[in-house]
Amino acid sequence: MKDFKMVPVPKLARLSDMPMGSSCLSFHITEGNAGWRVFRPVIHLDKCVGCHRCYLVCPDGAIHKEADGTFVVDYNFCKGCGVCAYECKPKAITMEKEDQYV
Amino acid sequence: MSQVKLNARNITTDEFFYGHKACGGCGESLALRLALKILGEDAYLSLPAGCMSAVSFIYPNMAFKNNAIITPFAATAAVATGIEAGLRAKYLSGKRDKAPLSVAFAGDGGTADIGIQALSGAIDRGEKFIYICTDNEAYMNTGIQKSGLTPFGAATTTTPSGKVIRGTLTEKKNMFEIVAAHGISYAATASMGYLEDFMNKVQKAKDAPGPAYIHVFAPCPTGWGHESDETIDVAKEVVDTGLWYLAEFENGQFKLNKSFEQFAPITPYLKRQSRFKHLLEEDVAAIEAARDLKWETLRTWK
Repeated sequence: MKDFKMVPVPKLARLSDMPMGSSCLSFHITEGNAGWRVFRPVIHLDKCVGCHRCYLVCPDGAIHKEADGTFVVDYNFCKGCGVCAYECKPKAITMEKEDQYV
Repeated sequence: MSQVKLNARNITTDEFFYGHKACGGCGESLALRLALKILGEDAYLSLPAGCMSAVSFIYPNMAFKNNAIITPFAATAAVATGIEAGLRAKYLSGKRDKAPLSVAFAGDGGTADIGIQALSGAIDRGEKFIYICTDNEAYMNTGIQKSGLTPFGAATTTTPSGKVIRGTLTEKKNMFEIVAAHGISYAATASMGYLEDFMNKVQKAKDAPGPAYIHVFAPCPTGWGHESDETIDVAKEVVDTGLWYLAEFENGQFKLNKSFEQFAPITPYLKRQSRFKHLLEEDVAAIEAARDLKWETLRTWK
């Protein structure tokens, strides 16, 4: 499991919620990157062999292994670049048009 | 000292670089992400102006879990060794129980052009720090201008391809051997196509007694004009064609990690990127000849 998920995402409702000066706390992440996607990677677990390749090659670290051994995409931060699907040898990841999920 | 070879299964599942705004398929951000998994949370990072500072320090966002600072462009290595000196002082006086670890991440322009003086000075002082150069072969952050590490023939916005002059006229600066010539403790070249190799080199750099330098080849889909999903494949192909090499410098000796009897054909690698699309056959032949000349030296390394 990703420790990142335990970090609460700060809400910036008012000016005093913004960090002071030009420095921020570590992992002060206020917004996702989901809106960048045109295609989204979908992992087909029946074909997945658990080789960790998608987890290793994701430039955003958006794929991680759950406690039950399955791989899950964090769609809040996936940019849909398609590296995972390209690198997946058993073709367990397909890129699907984003609009069918809206 | 770790004897176990690092791979996807035995590195930490924690993320230290997350939610950044790099383009989809960015090779450079993958290099940082994997390097930080090896270096851990206690590494202090120095980044000059460049893609990686522009995508991670966007107010009010901070994509690093580590302590990180944006340095003046020319002073990356100077800042990194300064941080190391401060951490070491705290460590020696007992105010900090963790051994100092200072890491600089700079792009190719920030290393080979603007930051080379500070890097040279820092290596000369022999302080223990790690410098990782993520080489995407141009100033991508400011809009694809030619840098000292742009290869022959590549079209950039300052060296566009025309009827007479077709892209960059100069060769790629040999940064790895320049750094090794300082007599550095550890230096290595890596590629995003060989990720396990890269991670193990970062671990070696962490264990080195003095300054360490890693030059990692990181494709940029935006600047190079290839599909964003081909990043890893492009970085693998460049090694297989012999245009980039995996080598190490340790104990005064060069060592070649991957040697080839027969190279992969060079044209498919060039033609899949729009920065090389304009090249004529004679240019490809020139690139091939330069490669063969380079490999005459590389083959003597063993």
